[in-house]
Amino acid sequence: MAITREHELHKRRSGRNIGLAIVLVAFIALVFGLTIAKVSGGSTLQAFDHSYRPSLDPDHVRFQQR
Amino acid sequence: MSDIRIDIAQAETGEAGFGDYIALLKPRVMSLVVFTALVGLLVAPGTLHPIEALAAIIFIALGAGASGALNMWWDADIDRVMKRTSKRPIPAGKVAPQEAMALGVALSGISVVMLWLATNALAGFLLAFTIFFYAVIYSMWLKRATPQNIVIGGAAGAFPPVIGWAAVTGSISLEACLMFMLIFMWTPPHFWALALFMKSDYHKARVPMLTVTHGRKATRAHILVYTVALFPFAIAAGFTSIGGPLYLALALGLNLAFLKGAWAIWRRDEAQAESDAYAVEKRVFRFSLAYLFVHFGAILAEAALTQIPRYAEFALQFKLLEVF
Repeated sequence: MAITREHELHKRRSGRNIGLAIVLVAFIALVFGLTIAKVSGGSTLQAFDHSYRPSLDPDHVRFQQR
Repeated sequence: MSDIRIDIAQAETGEAGFGDYIALLKPRVMSLVVFTALVGLLVAPGTLHPIEALAAIIFIALGAGASGALNMWWDADIDRVMKRTSKRPIPAGKVAPQEAMALGVALSGISVVMLWLATNALAGFLLAFTIFFYAVIYSMWLKRATPQNIVIGGAAGAFPPVIGWAAVTGSISLEACLMFMLIFMWTPPHFWALALFMKSDYHKARVPMLTVTHGRKATRAHILVYTVALFPFAIAAGFTSIGGPLYLALALGLNLAFLKGAWAIWRRDEAQAESDAYAVEKRVFRFSLAYLFVHFGAILAEAALTQIPRYAEFALQFKLLEVF
C-alpha cells in the first residue's frame, strides 16, 4: 500500500479544513466590515494623547460659545 | 459490517466532516430564526447600517445554532433511542459528545459578544438568555419533566424577532412582544398536529409528550385551546405600528382558517383519523407552516408599504430643492 494513497478519511479532513478556512475568512471580512461601518457611522473620533487640547475642555468650549 | 467499522473509526478519530458540524447547528430551525429575526429587524423603527444588520442576523442565527448543538449534546441518549433522530451526528458516532458541547459553548460566547458589539447590550443579553432558555431550561430541565415541554420550549423559538427588534431600537416594545406571542402561541398547535400523525417513539425515550401522557383526545383539545388563545395576539398586532389593513385582512382570514382546522381536529376521534390516514391533521400542520410565514411576510409588506411612500416623498423633496 503506497503511503500517498487517498483514503475517504483524507477527503473528509480536507473538506473540514476548507470549510473552516471559509468560515474564518468570512468572519474576518465581517469584523472588518463592521469596523468600517462603526467608524464611518460615528461622530468625529478624537484620541486622547495626554496633552491639553482646548477642544476637549468643556470650560473652554463654554467660554468660546459666550 | 463495513458501515459499522466506519462509524467506529470516525468516533475514535474524531474525523467528522464539515457537514456534520453544520448538522449540529440544526440548519432547518436556523432558517426560521433568520426569517423572523430579519422581519423584527426590518420593521423596527430606526436604522442600522447594512453591515451591522447583516452581522446581527448572522450572529442571531449562530446563537440559535449554538443552542442546537448544546441540545444535541445533552439529548444524545434520547436521540440514540428514537428512530427519527438516530442519524444525528452524535448518535451516528460522527461527532464526539464533548466536541459538540465545546462547539455549542464556543459559538454561544462568540455569537453573544459579537451581537453585543455589532448592535447593543440588550440584543446580546436577549440572545444569551435565549440560548440559556433552550439549552438549560428546555433541554436539560423541562423536556423530560413535563408534557407542557413544547409550550415552554416554544419561547426559545419566539425570541428571534424580539432580538432583531432590540438590535435596532435598543428596547423592547409592545410590537416586539406581540411578535413573540405570535410564535409562542403558534408552536403548541403546530407541533401537536405533527405529533398526532407522526407516531414518534418518545415513550421509548421516556420523554413525556402530551400524546403519550394525556392521550390523543386531550392533545386534540389542547390544539383547539391554543389556537383560540393565539387569535387575539395575531389580530392585536394588526392595530400596532407593525400592522395595517393588509396584515389585518390576512391575519383574520388565516386565523379563522386555523380555528376551523383546529375545530375539525378536535371533533375527530382516532378511528376517523386512522381511516383517512390523518388527512385533517396533516393538512392543519402544513397550513400552520404557511400561517406563520404569511403573518411575518405581511408584517414585512406593511413596513414596505409605509416606507416606500416615505422614501418617495423624501426623494421628491430632494428633487424640488435641487430645482430651486
